[in-house]
Amino acid sequence: MSERSERSIDGVRARVASSPSVLGGGVVGKLGLDPVLVARARELARRAGRPVVDMARSHTTVSVERAVLRLAGVTGADPDGIPWVNRLVDAVVADVGLGHGVALPVFDALVREQSTDVTLLAQKAAAGSVRFVVPEGKSATAARRAARRAVAAGVRQIDRRRVERDRLVKRFGDPVQRPWIYLIVATGDIYEDIPQAQAAARAGADVIAVIRSTGQSLLDYVPEGATREGFAGTYATQENFRLMRAALDESSRELGRYVRLTNYASGLCMPEMATLAGLERLDMMLNDSMYGILFRDINPVRTFVDQRFSRQVHARAGIIINTGEDNYLTTADAVDEAHTVTVSQLLNEYFAHEAGLADWQLGLGHAFEINPDVPESFRLELAHALLARELFPDAPLKWMPPTKHMTGDVFRGNLLDGFFNLVGTMTGQGILLVGMMTEAVVTPWLSDRDIALQNVRYVLGAAGGLHEDFVPAPGGFIQQRANRVLGEALDLLERIGEQSLLTAIAEGTFGIMKRPADRGKGLSGVAAHEGDYYNPATEILEQSA
Amino acid sequence: MTEKQVVRPYGDTTGDGMVQVSFTLPVPHDKRAEGAAVQLANRMGIDPAMLVHAKPMSDGFTFFVVYGRVNHLVDLAAVRVVERDFPLLSAKEVNALVKQRLRRKLSVVGACIGTDAHTVGIDAILNVKGIAGEKGLEYYRELKVSNLGAQVSVPELVEAARVERADAVLVSQVVTQRDAHLHNTREMSAAFREAMPAGRRPLLIVGGPRFDESMTGELGVDRIFGRGTTPGEVASYLVHALVTSKKAKA
Repeated sequence: MSERSERSIDGVRARVASSPSVLGGGVVGKLGLDPVLVARARELARRAGRPVVDMARSHTTVSVERAVLRLAGVTGADPDGIPWVNRLVDAVVADVGLGHGVALPVFDALVREQSTDVTLLAQKAAAGSVRFVVPEGKSATAARRAARRAVAAGVRQIDRRRVERDRLVKRFGDPVQRPWIYLIVATGDIYEDIPQAQAAARAGADVIAVIRSTGQSLLDYVPEGATREGFAGTYATQENFRLMRAALDESSRELGRYVRLTNYASGLCMPEMATLAGLERLDMMLNDSMYGILFRDINPVRTFVDQRFSRQVHARAGIIINTGEDNYLTTADAVDEAHTVTVSQLLNEYFAHEAGLADWQLGLGHAFEINPDVPESFRLELAHALLARELFPDAPLKWMPPTKHMTGDVFRGNLLDGFFNLVGTMTGQGILLVGMMTEAVVTPWLSDRDIALQNVRYVLGAAGGLHEDFVPAPGGFIQQRANRVLGEALDLLERIGEQSLLTAIAEGTFGIMKRPADRGKGLSGVAAHEGDYYNPATEILEQSA
Repeated sequence: MTEKQVVRPYGDTTGDGMVQVSFTLPVPHDKRAEGAAVQLANRMGIDPAMLVHAKPMSDGFTFFVVYGRVNHLVDLAAVRVVERDFPLLSAKEVNALVKQRLRRKLSVVGACIGTDAHTVGIDAILNVKGIAGEKGLEYYRELKVSNLGAQVSVPELVEAARVERADAVLVSQVVTQRDAHLHNTREMSAAFREAMPAGRRPLLIVGGPRFDESMTGELGVDRIFGRGTTPGEVASYLVHALVTSKKAKA
């Protein structure tokens, strides 16, 4: 990505901060990182992640199965607002359990009913008029073929939306600058969100994220329809996705720049969120490998199984994922625990690659959360941000603003946000989440957003090319700090390697929280694959990878 | 010299009454909008009002910064706040008092209840890590802390308090949309009243940035802590309420 170069004043192609340059002696980039150590870190992340992937490949969850049904065309909800996919999965589980997958029992029943309408079948099943069995022999072959055909149609729809995005990006263009400016909207009412999002786009936002209602991550279903009430956010629903995407298409046309839309594939419905995002052409999704486990107390097995499927869908849909390493720093100390961010980024990268995501789709996260009273805090931030940049040169890193040390002193907050923006541009971050000086005070006002964007524009305008001149002194503070964090990350990965990632999570290695594999929310919706487990979506997605 | 009882805001001279405010009006920026801003400032008691900054925002909004002299006075004698009515103790003193006087560990259960997922507050008070250089309650040797985390239901909290034989229950509430923090707190205190007789009920404490510290009676809790509360203050209060002043359960 060379958007950066368009900012260079003299027309000379600017070197993107991310492009590593070999300085000799096997040392690469601005930090003098030892490529042998970097390769070792990746190898250790692979070793820690591999058993988790094996586990994910041999288990399914209710949400994975519901996502399969959504791809097969099941839509809508019962009069109580419970989606038909939930009713159908529950009915299948009651008859034959979860371990065979729902595709075979459901499509076997459809073949028997001589119907192709899966939603109608769900309604009948909810009324108790359909019995499900696990088909064998010829019935199994017929069910398998029918299921694959229906799910393939859903995947084709996702493919069409991806082509559509490519076309619109080509027509309207990408933002001229990096980082892309990422702004949050969250009123609870989708019809209030829309004008706010459009105003934000007009004011310079390249990416709009609609924050979800507090607590949605713990709902084991996806609400339906357009919603006008939420707590500290707006419910993520397929209809809300569609409405907002359509509104931002309008803005893209008006502004001559493709405005991206972000939502959250996290919580108990990760696979379904990813699927709905693909179907409605969302462009980015928050999708961390461990966030739900650590911060929402969701069962680790459930999370890893759901996460793998959701990432396969994101890979197919051309969606950029955003990972949540910022969260570690809000619960633990941002200096002492800086290496846990690096470790999590490496794990997120491994899990993402394994699921078929390309480097350009990895919005690996980190954040400006060091206590500003710590001496040299700004240099520490620079070191950490540059470390991420150099470890993941082709990933559009997501750089997140201070929250923990925003105190309500809005004047100091605005200054901190300015320094945050400066680190973002000096270290070539890909996506910049705009910080609000009223963080921890109120949900952002119109004026807060305006002041925040003014701050970003000033810094990018005044110092947008500073990364070209910013070369930390060899052996100096920043290089030393970055190398030390990398070293600590390696130590931690070595320790995880000996005891498995699930044990590390159980013992509270990340973000202080302890999360054992046999506890947490959503565990009852997990099952090991039976010998005849069949999931046409996974089959199709893995063929493409 | 006696302390002044009536004061006004201070800009750079005693008694100048100078304040600075900023706000947005839903009108496009023009002369009339600026006049409207001055009129609002006047009605807020700022007179004369100096409009120092006006900037159009979005479609049909203008942001203003106004400086000026406010004609209101503050009577310090009429100010009512909840002052800290217990001594501030060090961690060492807290541990010593609990050990000598209670002769067992003091059990604390903490949680964020309702849909509130913001554990920053409860974690700052309970986690070893603490806040602002002050260690959290987990660090106190004589306190037994159980942090249930986010989105805990009230029945779960009551049950945990029972199992842990909690001397005190700490609840953090950050989300305030539609007064969720007040509803949740009332629900919590009612549940404890229902579930346990008065003498056996743990001390109920809520904290969060948007509570009015004087609402304890109304919310049915023993103490409310507002923004900026440190773990040390909470620990000191626990010792005051449960050990040194009265009702420690043997």
